[in-house]
Amino acid sequence: MSSYTPHPLEVRVVSRRFDQPKARTLAGYLESDGFKALDKALALTPDAIIDEVKKSGLRGRGGAGFPTGLKWSFVPKQSAREKYVLCNADESEPGTCKDRLILEYDPFAIIEGMLIAGLAIGARRGYIYIRGEYRYLIDIMEAALKEARDAGYVGTNIRGKGFDFDIHAHTGAGAYECGEESALMESLEGKRGIPRLKPPFPAVAGFMGGPTVINNVETLASVPPIIINGGDWFAAFGPPKNGGTRLFCLSGHVNNQGVFELPLGFPLRRLIDDLGGGMRHGAKLKALVPGGSSTPLLPADIAWDLALDYDSVAKTGSFLGSGGVVVVDENTCMVKFALRIMQFYRHESCGWCVPCREGTNWLQLSLTRFHNGGGRDGDIETLREVSENILGRTFCALGDAAAMPTLSILKHWRQEFEDHLNGKPCPFGAKTSVAVSAH
Amino acid sequence: MADTPAKPLINLTVNGRAITAPPGTLLIEACKQAHIEVPSFCYYPNLSLQAACRMCLVEIEKMPKLQTACTVVVSEGMVVRSETEQVHRARKSAVEFILTNHPLDCPVCDAGGECELQDMTFKYGAEKSRFVEPKRHRDEQQWSPLIYFDRPRCILCYRCVRACGEGMDVWALGVANRGVNSTIIPNHEDHLECEECGNCVDICPVGALTAGPYRYKTRPWEMTHVGAVCTYCGDGCKTTLGVRNDTILRADNRDKSGINGDFLCVKGRYGVDFTQHPERLKQPLARGVGGSAELKPVSWSYALGTIAKRWLEIQKAGGSFGVVGSTRSLNEEAYTLQKFARRVLGTNNIDHHRSADYPALFDALGGREGQPVPLAPAEALKAGGPVLLIGGNPTDEHPLLAWNLRWGYRLNKTRLYILNRDDIKLRRQAYRYAKVGDEAAAVRFLNGTGAASASLTGVGEASEKRWPQTPPSTVETVNESLQEFRARLRQEKDVIIVFGSEISGDAIRELVAFGSGLEGTTRYIAMSDNANSHGAADMGLYPDLLPGYTPLSERSKFEALWGGPIPAEPGMDWNQMRAALQQQNLCTLYVSGANPFRNTPVAPESLKQTFLVVQDLFLTETAQCADVVLPALSGYEKAGTLTNTCGEVQVQKRGGGFEGAKSDLEILYLLADAMGAEWGAASPDRVLQEIRTAVKGYGVSLAKLLSGESVMTAPLNGRVPHRTAPELLLPNRDTLFTAGTLGRYSVVLNSVMERHLKKEAAAE
Repeated sequence: MSSYTPHPLEVRVVSRRFDQPKARTLAGYLESDGFKALDKALALTPDAIIDEVKKSGLRGRGGAGFPTGLKWSFVPKQSAREKYVLCNADESEPGTCKDRLILEYDPFAIIEGMLIAGLAIGARRGYIYIRGEYRYLIDIMEAALKEARDAGYVGTNIRGKGFDFDIHAHTGAGAYECGEESALMESLEGKRGIPRLKPPFPAVAGFMGGPTVINNVETLASVPPIIINGGDWFAAFGPPKNGGTRLFCLSGHVNNQGVFELPLGFPLRRLIDDLGGGMRHGAKLKALVPGGSSTPLLPADIAWDLALDYDSVAKTGSFLGSGGVVVVDENTCMVKFALRIMQFYRHESCGWCVPCREGTNWLQLSLTRFHNGGGRDGDIETLREVSENILGRTFCALGDAAAMPTLSILKHWRQEFEDHLNGKPCPFGAKTSVAVSAH
Repeated sequence: MADTPAKPLINLTVNGRAITAPPGTLLIEACKQAHIEVPSFCYYPNLSLQAACRMCLVEIEKMPKLQTACTVVVSEGMVVRSETEQVHRARKSAVEFILTNHPLDCPVCDAGGECELQDMTFKYGAEKSRFVEPKRHRDEQQWSPLIYFDRPRCILCYRCVRACGEGMDVWALGVANRGVNSTIIPNHEDHLECEECGNCVDICPVGALTAGPYRYKTRPWEMTHVGAVCTYCGDGCKTTLGVRNDTILRADNRDKSGINGDFLCVKGRYGVDFTQHPERLKQPLARGVGGSAELKPVSWSYALGTIAKRWLEIQKAGGSFGVVGSTRSLNEEAYTLQKFARRVLGTNNIDHHRSADYPALFDALGGREGQPVPLAPAEALKAGGPVLLIGGNPTDEHPLLAWNLRWGYRLNKTRLYILNRDDIKLRRQAYRYAKVGDEAAAVRFLNGTGAASASLTGVGEASEKRWPQTPPSTVETVNESLQEFRARLRQEKDVIIVFGSEISGDAIRELVAFGSGLEGTTRYIAMSDNANSHGAADMGLYPDLLPGYTPLSERSKFEALWGGPIPAEPGMDWNQMRAALQQQNLCTLYVSGANPFRNTPVAPESLKQTFLVVQDLFLTETAQCADVVLPALSGYEKAGTLTNTCGEVQVQKRGGGFEGAKSDLEILYLLADAMGAEWGAASPDRVLQEIRTAVKGYGVSLAKLLSGESVMTAPLNGRVPHRTAPELLLPNRDTLFTAGTLGRYSVVLNSVMERHLKKEAAAE
């Protein structure tokens, strides 16, 4: 469909086939080392596969960053119920647009990653849950699955090794919450997309009550190169405990937005300047969203010296999250930015628990009024306290995801809120470039 | 069930206090047992866990965030703090969040004064609201004749959804939309099609779900609340009557203390309006006043005098008497009625509307002399032991038994075996379900005395177990043979056998023979239709049996007690009395709280020679033929005791009153007085005392009874020689929305039924 030109500074592991349109067919994929990892894994014991993944230091690329090998090792060896491998392709985090590239440019890598995960945990069935808005990718995925199935890479007795594993693609219906693993399972089971109580965790009782491994698209696509080249090879790309490369989605006020695969620990400054072509219109950096809209924003002074790996970002009080790096320049009204974020979370809150359902609504209404000049003394404190009352008290992490960026904005850019108080018009006026929708 | 050694208790500390709880207990329950309050909205005992309201957040050591006490299971050494500043803040904010979109219309809300959100706000809420944004308003919706939904008041605790789905197995309520637009919705776009039980209304912590017949009628504090027993079916549910100015305005189970716990069905909850029906009889009626052939209002003294005069004349002339008693009157009244018949009128011609063959059951169980008869209380169906259900349709006819069976299945893994000619709803909880042509034949087969004939080889089905995630929708046919059904049943221990009127006479003997062969103690529940059907049988409303199924040959005990002779020969049962009526051979018939002419009509012209006295609430088919009609009080308007279908006695308390009518007991005493018997004043307490000493099985603890508990009657084994007449068993075959005579006079039940009939008609 679309063409892809890699940036010379990229370290291409997951994205290595993105510029090879042929690899989107089974024949091309096979020419490009396709299913070699599967053949290798078929000769390994499940424990050996898991050990290799553990060695790679691969951590979940969906946002939470949980070590993948460890997650796989939690699945019980023996189970009365069927086990499952789920691929979370419900990519919905604002600022994140990497999984769609893998789905579009290298669909067989996801299939191969799932097959290897299936071998590792002893599952015979997998589902790819694709975000509803990615309708065109479902067609690509289904076509890839058909090819793989016809050629005996998916189905029964795969590669003549007695390994049975079938994969189905399934569409979501436009709910951010269904990217939460247990809500995804509810949705996949045909129910309302609300999160489940944990424990039990998916590794024990997940999809259809069976032990389940659920991984992000990028995580699964990282598995075949790890199996081929070894865990140590992958781990060597990044700093300790932050193995490998990952896809960073650079957006916002830079000249060259895009998805770039870089080793973990890559300096933010270089991401903006070298890959992003510098700040747009030469404006100054004001704020940075390091890993998708759910992560606390960092002010420029902290952001500039940031190394993009899990532990370095965590030290600043934020998260590497889903790899969605959003650059915010000095001309942006942070009140409006907070409002835009809250519109999203209010719209996407599943409504199951009280603080998230009512809190996001309250914050959105307050911020709207605030940004329109209706803010009054005490409102800033109320915004902060309402956010704090959401934080840590909700059923799932969506509440935190709404509260954390809001709190960080209130903390670092409080003055901008003060500047809106008591009927004062937005100091940024029309300059600001945050889209705020009407709903 | 097998005895399992008690597991050691878990030790934990809450607010510095050491407490213990059995393993597996939820923290919120452990705290409750220790009288430490942890507030909650969405948590509801025995329903699935939600963790949605976030009211029950507590601090637990070694856990970074506040935890919901409703989902955490106690563990050894757990240290919990529920009264710290952090916890208080969390509670306060949860209330604050809930109130952001909750209208403050408490002054007109039905729930005002008994609203959990009000209480929580009072106790945990902020003194001031910081939410200054506009609240959402949505118009109120009527979902059914009974159920109204006021969406802004809803706090989304999902209790109604679970009560309807998990509790009732109806699954008519759900959640639509997401986020702040989430809302509870009915199963048919803008309305509900359900069993109309109203459990959703009762379980609603706020005034979001309200009941049509009650809404905007009163404030809860203007009523007195009387813990009464429902007068509809034989299950004997406790119902709390809300009474204002001697008028019953509502019935619910808010008090939850009865045998029914959380449960009430549509009849118990909304059928009470029959007490205020405009056709209710307010004064006695008599024919022949001023030469009129019509029934005309007369005074009590005229009516009673007329009756006594005629009866004394008939007695003098040696004429025949017939008496039909009630299956809704209280035990004291039934006992007194048969005593009146036998001692004052001098006849054994007495019967009642039979719907279970109790004499046959007690006779069949009579083998173990001196042992209590193994009857099972309703509660036993919840415990998880195996149950064999034969015939009947508990969902419609015995809603509490059905509720308990579902409970046992859902929470305690009851293995329910069903033999039925129809696809009854409970098959969804069945472990083995056999559709048979004839339940009695199936029982003979179970007992090995009948072959698997054509009528037996029905479809064997086992329902797919999918609770609690989805309502069972598909039934997988497994073609289980009846042999397999029987083989599995024979491996069970301590089975409870519940059976309907399909099983009577010899079939009961066969059933008991089969049950006796099973391991452990087999217990029985014979399903009978009305509020005191079991009591009427126990109290001796039989032509050949005295109270406690005492044969007439042993009448001397009662003769001594009642100070005079009792006729020695068995009297006529209803069929014989009816035949006598038709042959113009019965001089007088006294019908007390029954309507025999509805199901077994008698040609009016054949009644010309019979002096017919009827006492009832309404001018029923039978009362319309009467010479004298006496207005009676309903079961909610008098005090005494009732015995439910399982044999559990409970106290009935006087809820409302009704001017002009008298209780059956009072009428009997007045008639006795007019007939010259010196009985003194009517006193239910004194009669109960006599029942406790004279009726086998009724030596129940007064203390327990009066404290509102149900007490199992324990009749002792012994043969019950009796005249079997299975043709006398005439079950009501009530549906969910009908209940014999009373239901016909409930405007509410009729409105619900009409709507359902219309719906069915439209579907066809």
